[in-house]
Amino acid sequence: MSDIIRRDPRKEWIARNRLHPEHLEVLAELGGGASPSEWMGPNGLTRRNPHAVGFIGPNGIKRIDRSGAQQAANQPGSRQAQPKDTRRRVEIETPAFMVAVVPDLPGGRLSSHDRDLLGLARQLADADAERPGAVLAVIFGEHKESVFGEAGVDRLLHMDGEEFSGYLPEVRIAALQSVERELAPRYWLLPDSPLGGAELGRRLAVRLGERPATQVWQVEADADSDTGWRCTARGAAGTSDITRAMPRVALALAECAEPVSETRHAAQPVELTQALPEVLGRIEDMGEVAVDPASVALAEAEFILSAGNGVKDWDGYHHAAQVLGATEGASRVAVDDGFMPRDRQVGATGTWVSARVYVAVGISGAIQHLQGIQSCDKVVAINLNEGCDMVKRADLAVIGDAGEILAALVARIERYREQQQENRDAA
Amino acid sequence: MPHNAKSSDNAGLNVAVLVSVGRHPLTARARRADQDARAVEMALTLSGAAVRLVHASVDDSDNEAALRSYLGMGIGEVNLIKQASGADVVPALVTSLRDMAPQLVLTGTRAETGEGSGLVPYLLSEALGWPVISGLAAVESIEQGVATVLQALPRGKRRRLRVRLPAIATVDSSAPAARQSAFGPARRGEFDTYACASVMDELQAKWQVQPARKRPKRLKIVKSSSARDRFKAAAAKAESGGGQLLSDVSPEQGAEAIFALLKEEGVLR
Repeated sequence: MSDIIRRDPRKEWIARNRLHPEHLEVLAELGGGASPSEWMGPNGLTRRNPHAVGFIGPNGIKRIDRSGAQQAANQPGSRQAQPKDTRRRVEIETPAFMVAVVPDLPGGRLSSHDRDLLGLARQLADADAERPGAVLAVIFGEHKESVFGEAGVDRLLHMDGEEFSGYLPEVRIAALQSVERELAPRYWLLPDSPLGGAELGRRLAVRLGERPATQVWQVEADADSDTGWRCTARGAAGTSDITRAMPRVALALAECAEPVSETRHAAQPVELTQALPEVLGRIEDMGEVAVDPASVALAEAEFILSAGNGVKDWDGYHHAAQVLGATEGASRVAVDDGFMPRDRQVGATGTWVSARVYVAVGISGAIQHLQGIQSCDKVVAINLNEGCDMVKRADLAVIGDAGEILAALVARIERYREQQQENRDAA
Repeated sequence: MPHNAKSSDNAGLNVAVLVSVGRHPLTARARRADQDARAVEMALTLSGAAVRLVHASVDDSDNEAALRSYLGMGIGEVNLIKQASGADVVPALVTSLRDMAPQLVLTGTRAETGEGSGLVPYLLSEALGWPVISGLAAVESIEQGVATVLQALPRGKRRRLRVRLPAIATVDSSAPAARQSAFGPARRGEFDTYACASVMDELQAKWQVQPARKRPKRLKIVKSSSARDRFKAAAAKAESGGGQLLSDVSPEQGAEAIFALLKEEGVLR
């Protein structure tokens, strides 16, 4: 069917004219066969359906237009206006210089820190509209990201291969050195994050013989400095600000600049012409070690099973935490009643946690507790009370007895583990 | 911890710990730097190893108490390299580490005063040609010139690495806490002071240093063509749900839903 809206001015005119003998039929027709809002009942009484009055406007709000002017827009064929992508498309064919960024890509995706850093790189590259620079992203190993262009990357150098999968900083530095030799970026930007950027950036700066600015949180244009930029960096364990000319290598903190949102870039793949040098690493990666979740500090735990007043079967709760492999947390009530140690308390008086998944068992969600879990990604609530604040905060809330649900969850996970074991044995 | 089991392994192992003067985050008093103290603790738990402390700085009496608190952890002396005020300590440390020739150099991740960039171990590694590993949580074993160590990763994870000695390692804050400093040994300990030519850090003299400003809080900018969206974003409560609510379900159904979420998030091992 064609997308062109066919309008019948005569029918619209009848729809506007409430005294027209065909008014109701036409209204019903234009309303997409919906029931008319007013009709004559069998006993000669006028019946009204107030729900059928009006139409749903483009923003999802019900509008009642007595003039009838909008009726035509209410046709069944009329489409909702699609949100159009208004971002400007930018292609930089011959860049005057390069700004190299080495993002962390935790889990194969750009983190918000990486996006901020790319925003900073754009700030440096786009300063002179006449001679724009290109942002070069250098990424190692497998990744799942598909929107490098929208994050502000003009050129993408993807170094894939066996050697980049594990933790081998010496190999990566050698690769970055090749990038320096071939593409000679004007600036190197790396995230000053414990995920690897901090270490890689320091190694790179030392190898290039540059003195980097670390923990940079602000970059401003400055005509007096040699490079035209001035940066402000944290020093002395975050207690002082060092203002200095922007060096070639900078390690920036999160929120150092606004991420790119108004433009889309090409993210053209580039390749190095020469093969990467063979490097004999002196550091050997033996892989990650399984850690006991109980020994992980609450503030940095990834997965927390937290207990509150609703928990009655404490042995069952501890067993569940063990089976799930979750770090144990507690609400203040559970701690005050002596069921959990004080260092496990989550919330304003206790620890502010940053878990990716937080399961609150029998916690109603006092505001002090909700403050403590502000930065958690996914919150699961198991509670008896449907109206409590924790249920409102939760991404998934299950109403029911905490003990029974935990027992069922433990049984489910044990079944899952058995299946996995069988699959492994079969394989 | 089987301390006595290790003692034979590490006999003859030479460990140098680079220590600095820290700054208490609240009182701003000079103290032993937290991560450096953890590095000293780690060196002391390698029983049988000979531990030497190295400190390079201006000779001033204000920091003596802070340095003595390292001595109070059970070490006889600190090798103190005298430097002029405003000097770059890296060349002096390189010279003294070459002389000392330790197998393992431990230090904190970054200093609590001055620039605090955490570059010193990397610069030393480049100058000496030794490998450097960052963020140590524990030293598991040292056998035949190869150290097996645990590196601390975010979220309490650990990675096992093997590195050929001699090597430089920085110690993470998640390493075991340092032991208390005893007063008597701290008083009795000695400083083995010697002078070394100072290389001035000229770049640093050009920097402006001021107390840290509070960083501006990022505003939530909603870019939308529709006024309704902008209004909704401004007026909406931050914690308005949109989550899934399962009521009147059997415990098994509830457990299944939670299980599916946990599996999707990848927290189940």
